[in-house]
Parts: sequence; structure tokens; C-alpha cells
Amino acid sequence: MTTPTQDPPAPAPDAGAPPAVQLVGIVKRFPGVVANRDVNLRVAPATIHAIVGENGAGKSTLMKILYGMQAPDEGTISVAGEQVSFKSPNDAIDAGIGMVHQHFMLADNLTVIENIVLGYEPRRSFPLNFLVDTAAARKRIIELGQRYGLAVDPDVLVETLGVGQRQRVEILKVLFRGATTLILDEPTAVLVPQEVDELFANLRDLKREGITILFISHKLDEVLAASDDITVIRAGATVATAKPADVTTKELAELMVGSELPSPETRASTVTDQVELSVQGLGIAEIGLRPTLDGISFDIHRGEIVGIAGIEGNGQTELIAAILGLIDLNAGTVRLGDQDITAWPTRRRREAGIGYVPEDRHRHALLLDAPLWENEILGHQSGPPNVKGPWIDRAGARERTREIVERFDVRTPNIDVRAEALSGGNQQKLIIGRELMAEPQVMIAAHPTRGVDVGAQAAIWEQLKEARRNGLATLLISADLEELIGLSDRLLVIFEGRVVAELDPATATPTALGEHMTGSNRREDA
Amino acid sequence: MIRRITMALAAPVLAIAFAMVVSAIMLALTDYSAGDVFHVIFTEGFDRTNLVTTVNRAAPYYISGVAVAIGFKMNLFNIGVEGQYKLAALFAAAAAAAVELPAPLHVLFTFAVAMLVGAAWASIPALLKAYRGVSEVISSIMLNATALGVGAFFIQRWLRAPASESPVLGTKTIPESGRLPTLNGVLGAVGIDVPDATRVQSYVLVAAVVGVAYYLLIWRSRYGFDLRATGSNAEAAAASGVNAKRMIITAMLLSGAAAGLIGLNNVMGPAARYTDVSVVTGLGFTGIAIALLGRNNPVGIAFAALLWAFMDAVQTPLSNADLPKQITAIMQGITVLSVVIAYEVVRRISARQELSGLRREVTAGGAGLPPADPPSPTGAGPEVAPA
Repeated sequence: MTTPTQDPPAPAPDAGAPPAVQLVGIVKRFPGVVANRDVNLRVAPATIHAIVGENGAGKSTLMKILYGMQAPDEGTISVAGEQVSFKSPNDAIDAGIGMVHQHFMLADNLTVIENIVLGYEPRRSFPLNFLVDTAAARKRIIELGQRYGLAVDPDVLVETLGVGQRQRVEILKVLFRGATTLILDEPTAVLVPQEVDELFANLRDLKREGITILFISHKLDEVLAASDDITVIRAGATVATAKPADVTTKELAELMVGSELPSPETRASTVTDQVELSVQGLGIAEIGLRPTLDGISFDIHRGEIVGIAGIEGNGQTELIAAILGLIDLNAGTVRLGDQDITAWPTRRRREAGIGYVPEDRHRHALLLDAPLWENEILGHQSGPPNVKGPWIDRAGARERTREIVERFDVRTPNIDVRAEALSGGNQQKLIIGRELMAEPQVMIAAHPTRGVDVGAQAAIWEQLKEARRNGLATLLISADLEELIGLSDRLLVIFEGRVVAELDPATATPTALGEHMTGSNRREDA
Repeated sequence: MIRRITMALAAPVLAIAFAMVVSAIMLALTDYSAGDVFHVIFTEGFDRTNLVTTVNRAAPYYISGVAVAIGFKMNLFNIGVEGQYKLAALFAAAAAAAVELPAPLHVLFTFAVAMLVGAAWASIPALLKAYRGVSEVISSIMLNATALGVGAFFIQRWLRAPASESPVLGTKTIPESGRLPTLNGVLGAVGIDVPDATRVQSYVLVAAVVGVAYYLLIWRSRYGFDLRATGSNAEAAAASGVNAKRMIITAMLLSGAAAGLIGLNNVMGPAARYTDVSVVTGLGFTGIAIALLGRNNPVGIAFAALLWAFMDAVQTPLSNADLPKQITAIMQGITVLSVVIAYEVVRRISARQELSGLRREVTAGGAGLPPADPPSPTGAGPEVAPA
């Protein structure tokens, strides 16, 4: 019925049941920023409704408002036709709205039952009402599981469950509290493609049973595959609604961004046969535990980008730490050019030309309370232009910072602003600029465009490609499969600390990658 | 720029004002006249003798503040300054009394011994922290108690002057060449007249040198950058190549070395020897308050030390006027407590101003601005200074 429209959705002319959830004219301001400026949302009961938008478009704020974690400054919320005002998530739960967070909130050392009832324990009848009625809880969980197709063994410890099953527990937890409307925040971010399919099957079962589902995503293929209605949010306002049948991913993306989409594509090969970084047989293990790195070997050549695909927590962090010298190795060697750097301390490695863009810029790349020019020094405090002898060269560092701001389009009023005042994208551009301007031999780029907006993403991709043309050897670690396939010359899949596959990005598909990432196609000789 | 300075001054000024108000209330409750007390503080407090006392007392406070601040800049809490300076003063005095050297060398030698001893005592919590993960707060505070025992043991056993020389338990007397001169002569020569009864101790110059060294080391040197980076974000610093263990150890040693100089004012000055009374107790703990008050800033610490010393010094005119001198200790305490709160309040206000400054810029950039995480400036507009 409704085709993509640039107007906020008019109250749809569907008669009968009132919308499960309706938001009208929601405005939410934070100091200095309007997170939501005009959000209108109408979710029909027993449908799957997707909310799509870029990072920072205001999706999360919207969800927090809907879940009672934040109060809107203006606008109204109605649930099943009745206007409500939530003061806390408890109010939202009482109104039948439940939230499944992107990062699971489960206690590993408790069983599924315990996790589900936590904070909402059914009590035994008087006088034993100080005891949890585990039997009743178990019965109810099994019932819910059967009804909605979310079967999970209620008595196993959560730590033994995989990601997909943990998500089911999260969903059960919300249903257990009587939710009839589920909010799922980026539910597929942590899943591999196969698990995504299962999740969507579950969601359809839930819908059939009358549950309304709101899910937030920026993965458009999934949105088109799974949802009944789509609302696009851009710069804090709902800008369009659509039916999946009526739009393509490209159209959706353009609605999200408001312009044409960039792509990470990099084809013409610049790979040489000169090895810049070589790791051989890297192993890290603690006694009694599964090794976190197990015999990892690869070379990166001058002008080459080697992509590492893998579900987070399969050894990527340790691999980076091993190359940077931040962790002790049990086995293996690291060579930079023709030097064995295995025993070198981190500083010497960085001085020798290893650049580093960490995955978590706030934790590993920035001094948030320091000005930009001091942040420019970080990681390069051993030589020009930042240092003269034992002293910091303020003039040199400031000059270099100004160059970075200009060349890498860091949007900032000046270089004395504290790093925390910049937006994520601009912080990231500063970091990329700082690392590339130092002209490293080898660059470790971990999730270089995570959490940055599309404009900054395109700029960062362009910079990485240009550096590759100029001979930089790059190790790219990313969770964004499109980015990996688009930028890499060669793809390695890492699973449980081992390289389990090597793929040619020209032929690799996200599905194939996903299979390797879950370890279902393990390569023997890796 | 002016605005930034105003903001920096706002917190301590607010705190002091608040402390004065509370003190006035306390005085009123105890039937004293706040007017009389403040009258004495603001008149006699500023007479020349009292100001000399203030400066003399401020010097060890300053060095103590710097010693603590070196740790603070790296998120290390060297609460063991107290023990470090006492042991350092004892051994430095004993060493100074045991050697014969020409005057400037003798003084420098004594300083060196003091710094070495302070650093050595600080090395215990440093090594424990770096290699065993022991909290430096726990180990250094326990070492304060240990330092007292160790000092007493050494002085009883080996370092005491024979009873025939002095009935008071202490080291031998430091010869003239190892003592710090007064500055009265120099000041007199440049036309500043200081009453003969009060000495302007040249130890003040030691504090000044420590301050300059602290500034250059922490704010201008590579080492200082590493140290501040570690304090601000240890993980990012490690990724940038800073060796965390080495930083913990060196920062603690530097803090201890600075601490070593705290107790020498009297030992190398009027008393000319170490006794239980020639070294004031508590300077190390006061240093914590002063570093907090001065926000670890070399100039800020100087003001804090002077303020603290002034409130000490004004006790004499207060008791001469039969007014409760304890009121200044109350003011010191309240100032520290309220300054912590005031800094936080001012920090929030200035952060808000910075944001709204950036926001003005953003909104000026037009309506089609890209989406932004809160709080984030996105416009590339004209240069707008942050608050």
C-alpha cells in the first residue's frame, strides 16, 4: 500500500485494531544535539516492523524512549491505542514492551531458567513465598518455547550456549515477563548468516502467535527479507515508510543516507612479492584453556590488504596484540620486512613502522581529555615531527595535526579541542590520518569504519586504498563482510584461534564466509 | 583564553569563599565574632613577618604537592610521601654530617642522598605494583608506618649523635658548609627589608627549581607525555608503545625523589640536624591536599601551598588576639572538600559551554547536517573557539 514517501507516515487508513505502538512527533534533545527531532512511527499489531538508519541517525535513542529508558522532550507514545508515559523500563514492561539488547545481558554462570527469572521470580505459595518456584518457571519456559518455537534446554548453564541460543534466551526472558511487543536492537549484528536465518524463522513464529516485533538494523538485505513494514530514520527524523515488496536495498540505502552510496570496492591489484609482515606459527595459550591463537601463519606483501574474517572473540584481538608486542607468545615468530621482531617491545615495533588503528578508538587510540594535537603525538612520540631529542616539539606536532585535519577532513573548529568533543567519525579520521601520515610499512586496521557515518566511511576506505596503492601492507580486521570483501586482496577466515580458510574476495560471498566463520567448513591443513 | 583562566580560577575561589562562609557560621555558633577573626586574618596575616613565615612554610608544602602530583598524573596514588621524606631527611642529615665538602657541593650532595633515599623507599611499592599488581595505596601507606620504625632503629643504632654532644636524640650536627643559607642578605641588597628575627630560607629556591623541573618533565618532555598518556588512558598508551611497568616504576621513583627533598628545610637550615622535632610530621599528607587543590598544575600547586601555609601562619596572630586559631584548620579542610566538588561543577559547566559553542557552529551549518551521535560537533563551519 504505502510506497516509499519522503513524508512522515500519515496515519495509515487501516481500519480495525489500533496500532500496537504509535509514536507521534517525538523530539529528544541532548546537550548540544537533537537526537530525535521528528519521529513518527506506527506499528501494526502482529507484524515485523523494521527501523533502518545509519549509525547515529537516532535509532537507539528512539528505542530507549520506547523502552522507558529515556523520556522524550516532546511527542506522545501510545500502546494499543492508549497514550502512555514511561518513567522507567518497568513501566514499559508493564505495558507489554520488552527489549532484547544488542549485547546480551546474561549471567554465564547461571542456568537458562535462572537467567530468565532473574528479577522476575515466580514465588511459591504462602508460607514458602520466599522461595523461587522453579518448577512453575520451568513449566512456563518450556511452554513458551514450544509455543513460539524457541526451544532451549532450561537447565543448562548459559556459558555452554552459542550466540544464537543466547539470543533465544534473551527473547524468552522478555516473553516470560509478558511482553507482547518485542524490540530487538541490531539482533543480527552478532550472528553469522545461518543463525540469522534461524532468528528470522523464530520471529515469524512469534508474529504468527500475535507478537509485534520492532527491529532495528542497518543491514538492508535482512530488513527486506524479514519485515512487513519498514520505517527509515535519518538525522533524527522518520523520513519514509515502505513495504519491502516496493523497495530495493539501493533505494532504502539512499533513503537512509539521503544520497548515493559509496562502495569499498578496490580491484586493480597493487600486490608485490615483497613480504612486509610475516607471522609464522603464532600460538598463545594458557594452561588448561583452549589456545586463543593456534599456529597462525600468513604473509602480507607490499601493496596488499589481507582481510581477517571471523566472529568476534576467535583470536583477532590476540593476533593484533601479538603483532604489536602487547602479549607474550607461546610459539611463533613475527617478522617485519627482513627483521625478526618477535622479541621487540611495542615501542620499537611502532617506531619500525607498524601503524595501528584499533577497534575501540576510545579505549585504545585516544586520550579523550587531551587536545587533538596531543592525540596526534600518541603512538608517534619517538620522532619528528612530534619530538626533538627528549622534548615534545609542540610546534611540529601542531603543524602535523593541522595537516591531518585538512587532508583527512577532520571536522573540528581547531586543534585545541579535546578529542572527546569530536564525533566518532571525525575521531576516526584523525586516527587514520595520524597513522597514515607517519608513513608506516605495515598497518593494522581493526574495524576501521565501525560506528562512523557513511560519509566518513567512504573517506576512510579511500584513504586505505590510496595507502595500498602507495605500497602499504595492511592487515584488515573487520566484522563488516562487505568491507572485508571489498577492500581485501586476500581473505583469511579465523576460527577458534586458527586460520581455517583462505578465500579470494573476488569470488567469496558473505554466506560462504559465514560458513567458514562458524567452523562448519574447516580446512584441514590450516 | 581569558575565559579559560576564569574557569580555572572559578573553582578554587568558590571553594575558598564557601570555606569562609562555613567558618563564619561555625564562629557564630561558638560565640566568636567572625568579623574579628577575618579582620585579623586580612590585616595581620599580611604583615611582613607573617608573609615570610608563609613563604617558608609553603616551600615544603609545594615540594610535597609536586611529589604527590607526579603520581597523580599517572593515576598512581603515592600516599607514602610521608614515610619517604622522613627516611630521606634522616639519612641525608646523617650523610651530610659525615662528610666534608666545599659548601655548594656539600648541599648538592645532601640533596642527592635525600632524593636517592626517597626514591629507594618509593621503589618498594613501585616494584610491588609493577611486578605483583599490589595496590600502591596499600603498600605505600603501610610503608609509612614501617618507615617510622626503620628510622627509629637506624637512629638508635648507628646514626645518633653521642649523648655527650647533645641530649636530644638525633643525628650529628651538619657542618656550616652543608647548610642552606638565608636569603635575608640578598633580599636586603635588592631593597626588600626583612626583620632580622625572621629568616627567608633559601630552601624556597629549591621548591622553585622542583616546580620548574616538574613542569618541564611532565608537560614538555617525551617522558612526561608517556606519563600523562598512561595516566589518561593506560591501554591506549600501551598500544602507542609505552612500557607500563617501566612507567609505574620511574614515576614512583621520581615521586619518591621529590618527596626526599620535603623534610630538608629545617634539617639543613636552622636545626642543622635531624631530630624527632626538626622534621615536621604530616607534610606528606598535606601534599595530597595541596596537589588536589592545585590540580596537579605547577602553578596551581604553588598557589595551593601558599594558601595552606598562609592559613597556618595566621594562627599565631589569631591566638595572640585570643581568637580560636583552629578555625584556619577548619577552613583548610573545608576548602579541600569543597574544591573537589567545585572543580566538578565548573568542569560540567565548561563542558556544557564547549558543547553549546560547537552546537552553534553545527546549527549554523544548515539543516541538512549529517546525523551525529550525541554529543558531537559535525559542522565544518568557520573557526569557533570552544567555550
